[in-house]
Amino acid sequence: MARRINIVCVSGTRERLQMAGMIASVAAASGDEVSVFFSMNALAYFVKGADEQAPAEGHFGELMESNTGVPPFKQLFKFAAEMGDAKLLPCSMAIDLLELGQDDLEPELGEPTGLTVFLGDSAGAQLLTF
Amino acid sequence: MNEMKTIDARNTFCPGPLMELITYMKQASVGDTLELLSTDEGSAADVPEWVKKVGHELISSENVEGVWHVKVRKAK
Repeated sequence: MARRINIVCVSGTRERLQMAGMIASVAAASGDEVSVFFSMNALAYFVKGADEQAPAEGHFGELMESNTGVPPFKQLFKFAAEMGDAKLLPCSMAIDLLELGQDDLEPELGEPTGLTVFLGDSAGAQLLTF
Repeated sequence: MNEMKTIDARNTFCPGPLMELITYMKQASVGDTLELLSTDEGSAADVPEWVKKVGHELISSENVEGVWHVKVRKAK
């Protein structure tokens, strides 16, 4: 039976986005129903033309930065959406505050979603925050 | 005629090898065999677990001079 895994991405650091992307991609490719809610500093990386990589929080982030064999986090989220039907949802509050429209975001991101709807859909499922 | 394809995912880290396998698995036909080459120890354990979970067939998994050769048959 498919598990439901909900991920909230808040931080804009490399380690946290990488870990969230790893979980989203592996879970989605294994048949789990995955939803990722992007808000705060995490959402900025999914604006068209944004930096492809995020600043490291510590040593491990620097290690990943210097190693070309580590899949970039944006590729992991895109893979989760394309190969495993993961939903990538931009927070509507963050969109409003950043004065963005949906056209400003990467095409794999879905409809702007409010917390009430996201939490309602997440009821009873695992929720991980990064 | 079923095919055998080798996927070279050496020197990529988790979940890179699994992503490579899944990408090629989507394109393969039922009955095809894919051989994944990986130097990532974690993936050597994780890839067979994924294969079991989604219902494909693990043919073999062996380490040859530091490189894991994981053979999987597409079952569905």
